[in-house]
Amino acid sequence: MFEIRIHSRGGQGGVTAARLLAMAALHDGNYATACPFYGAERRGAPVVSFVRIDARPIKIYSQIRSPDMIIVLDESVMQAVDVLHGLKTGGKILINSPHKKDFTGFVTNSVDLTGIALRENLVVAGSPILNTPVIGALAKTGIVSAAAAKSAIRSMFTDERNIRAAEAAHDEVSA
Amino acid sequence: MKKIVTGNKAVAEAVREAKPDVVAAYPITPQTEIVETLADYVSGGQLASQYIPVESEHSAMAACIGASLSGGRTFTATSSQGLLYMHEMTNWAAGARLPIVMANVNRSLAPGWNLWAEHTDAMQERDTGWLQVYVSTVQEAYDTILMAFRIAEHHDVLLPVMVNLDGFTLSHIMQPLDTVEPGDFIPLIHLPETVDPKNPRGYGTIAGPADYFRFRWDIERSMRESVNVIEETQAEFSQRFGRSYGLTEEYRCSDADVVVVALGTLGKEAEVAVDILRTEGIKAGSLRLRWFRPFPELGLAGKEVVVIDRDYSFGFGGILAHSIRSKNLVNVYSVIAGLGGQEVTYDDIAGFIRNRRIGEECWFGVNDHV
Repeated sequence: MFEIRIHSRGGQGGVTAARLLAMAALHDGNYATACPFYGAERRGAPVVSFVRIDARPIKIYSQIRSPDMIIVLDESVMQAVDVLHGLKTGGKILINSPHKKDFTGFVTNSVDLTGIALRENLVVAGSPILNTPVIGALAKTGIVSAAAAKSAIRSMFTDERNIRAAEAAHDEVSA
Repeated sequence: MKKIVTGNKAVAEAVREAKPDVVAAYPITPQTEIVETLADYVSGGQLASQYIPVESEHSAMAACIGASLSGGRTFTATSSQGLLYMHEMTNWAAGARLPIVMANVNRSLAPGWNLWAEHTDAMQERDTGWLQVYVSTVQEAYDTILMAFRIAEHHDVLLPVMVNLDGFTLSHIMQPLDTVEPGDFIPLIHLPETVDPKNPRGYGTIAGPADYFRFRWDIERSMRESVNVIEETQAEFSQRFGRSYGLTEEYRCSDADVVVVALGTLGKEAEVAVDILRTEGIKAGSLRLRWFRPFPELGLAGKEVVVIDRDYSFGFGGILAHSIRSKNLVNVYSVIAGLGGQEVTYDDIAGFIRNRRIGEECWFGVNDHV
């Protein structure tokens, strides 16, 4: 089983990213569950959501305690939250940042998802859409296939800018 | 084609397939997504139901009762305080033999205000004459709603059915869902007795002691008969759609020395605990009760039993633990866990089994021995 925790702020699309990722895993022929943290989410507050991916049906409902991967959609939450909490030694980190990041003991990928969303003009109510580019970036890390990532995005969004953003993010990740 | 949806959305999709004549409901967290989605289906023309946005849960059940009396298929959904507010009418629905289907998204009872999973809300309805089933996955929620209409409306049953799913833990989690075309799996509703609003009449509804007693016995007779209807419905569901369900779901029970019993998502997570214990040489098994009313035969004789209750009857004990004791003549280790959404992991459940003290009661996180 592969367990992922997504850090974002309420309203940034962390839950939708979790759902897209689960859908992509399903397209790959795996089982997946996605869930928001069952708390009192507020717009702008740091929030987390979770994804589990496995080849077998998933029976676990309790929260992920030691994830295999951390995704940070908004690096400003790192001032408020210990995003590395519980991350397995050697675990993966995908962080939305224009700057290269490194965390000792982990495999880190930085990708400028915000910049990609702005270049594709993927902006809703003044906020860049991060959940479709991040799925493209994840496809590069091998969590889901690129074909599954695209079909998952197309099953939820008709606007092809989402696909272009996902492809751009895919290309920016060093693998 | 499979998709990824929440437990709430799966319930709404199943209700759409069942095509109720009337949906009457009042929103309440964590159930709201069910009735919001159904309202969207109705306003978008995907569901040709009469949607009645009532002012309270009491009225929701009253509206379902009226619609069901006139022969219509009816659905409502609620949770927690909303279910309690319905309580007078839930008794009426069962007593009047109306096959209403309800989704109850299990949530604790106030005070303090808490939105998270607990089964005490549904347990307070256990003596009303409603059939009760507890589901553990998004797919099972969908499949069970479809079966619930057929079971409730079967002429050997004619009792309402409550489908329970854990608040947030299942209502808000997203999992794969495979939808079906139910076709004539749910036959057109045909109730033996109906009232006709176009031909109004007066009915004498007083029942003297002798008649009343017979009506009560008749409910119990149908409740007992419902076991056959449930089994036959589940068997046909399996034949048509390939997914099998029992009155219970047993996992590695046949050779087990110790069996953990639970409802809902805890009952599913317990299977992971069983696998862990098996690697330690502990012959554990898991038995998840799906149907709580009618209460099934469990065949636990000769096994040690650990019961997890996500509910409580103050001054008495865990309601599931006591039900199992009284129906199976076994002593149990009673664990009270998960109230108000308390986090309970598979490791915790493995600990309950490993450190069991048969005959005792433990409140997880308060006076537990693990």
